[in-house]
Amino acid sequence: MSRKEWPLWEIFIRGQHGLNHRHVGSLHAPDAEMAIRNARDVYTRRKEGVSIWVVRSADITASAPSEKGPMFDPAESKVYRHPTFFDIPDEVGHM
Amino acid sequence: MYAQMVKSEGMKSAEEMTPEERAFQNRIDRNEKIEPKEWMPEGYRKTLIRQIGQHAHSEIVGQLPEGNWITRAPTLERKAILLAKVQDEAGHGLYLYSAAETLGVSRDELMEKLHSGAMKYSSIFNYPTLTWADMGAVGWLVDGAAIMNQVPLQRTSYGPYSRAMIRICKEESFHQRQGYAIMMKMAQGTPEQKEMAQDALNRFWYPALMMFGPSDKDSVHSAQSMAWKIKMNTNDELRQKFVDETVPQAEYLGLTVPDETLRWNEERGHYDFAEPDWNEFFEVIKGNGPCNRERLEARRTAWEEGRWFREGLMAYAEKSAARRKAAPHAAE
Ligand SMILES: [Fe+2]
Ligand SMILES: [Fe+2]
Repeated sequence: MSRKEWPLWEIFIRGQHGLNHRHVGSLHAPDAEMAIRNARDVYTRRKEGVSIWVVRSADITASAPSEKGPMFDPAESKVYRHPTFFDIPDEVGHM
Repeated sequence: MYAQMVKSEGMKSAEEMTPEERAFQNRIDRNEKIEPKEWMPEGYRKTLIRQIGQHAHSEIVGQLPEGNWITRAPTLERKAILLAKVQDEAGHGLYLYSAAETLGVSRDELMEKLHSGAMKYSSIFNYPTLTWADMGAVGWLVDGAAIMNQVPLQRTSYGPYSRAMIRICKEESFHQRQGYAIMMKMAQGTPEQKEMAQDALNRFWYPALMMFGPSDKDSVHSAQSMAWKIKMNTNDELRQKFVDETVPQAEYLGLTVPDETLRWNEERGHYDFAEPDWNEFFEVIKGNGPCNRERLEARRTAWEEGRWFREGLMAYAEKSAARRKAAPHAAE
């Protein structure tokens, strides 16, 4: 068994100019620079990206799955946040 | 398949399930994806580690039979293509190891289990690749059989596994087509080249059929795995589908599938075909195939001889991190 495992990194890739970076997966690497090099080979072999971000998995704080209800359900009753909540007469034209 | 005969935990009826287990099964029945930190039955977690781990090992060990021909490819273009294909397989292994790790197993643990023989990889990679035509047969038949199983697994219930499968499937079609292109070239070449192509088909046909595993009609393990949606079809369904798709492809090549009983069954709307020799399959699984020892030895050696490199890079990373901490601005 190796003395210490390389840490895990989460990989984010910007697919095209103008888009957000998106999480694509993870990989092991000794440091951030190597994580970027490895991410190039593992996740962009077919030109899937124009930019790579790497973040140590241990540095990510996630919302708890058990709190999904209290976290997200309150938005459910606020239907007026959507434009379709309001009836605008056809005569008014496009709005 | 790439994961063969994965043992899963016993099947429970709705009455035997705890309320948590029932809620979990309901989520799966509604096609919700299960994500890493969410509650899951211990059996689901364990079975998935076994299955994804075995699948990952197959991708990695699967590089060896093809890697065997990279330096001897007939043209520079073929060499570049084969290299890219084998590199994809390394990527597939990495996507899958990461997916397995989200279930609480470490990469080193998975490696240890492969090297000790506690975890398996697909039986198919214990067969030798004797001629260049085998590169054609492997891409066409082995990747072809893998696709049969991986396409439905894109819909599997475990989120990280499903996403790995989607990524893999995008790359697999290249693998099968480059293999078939080699077969076309050989089959349309000199009589000797055509003979090599036929010989490769003869040797790989039954081992490819074995990839789907023995008939699992009555297996409790597969019933549970299917209820959990980590197995999407029975082994027999996938094997039949593979035969139905592959036979016309062999005909186009002008090659003969090495099965005298093979014929189209009008009534069933499928080909009837001969089963592979399951004794041979079990022997290969037990470690007695033509290349088992060689394959495992190659993996162990790579792991052992790479140790100084893994540790060296880690030591370097730790040292530079410490240096940055001591003099935060000097490192900029
Ligand atoms: Fe693969
Ligand atoms: Fe492949």
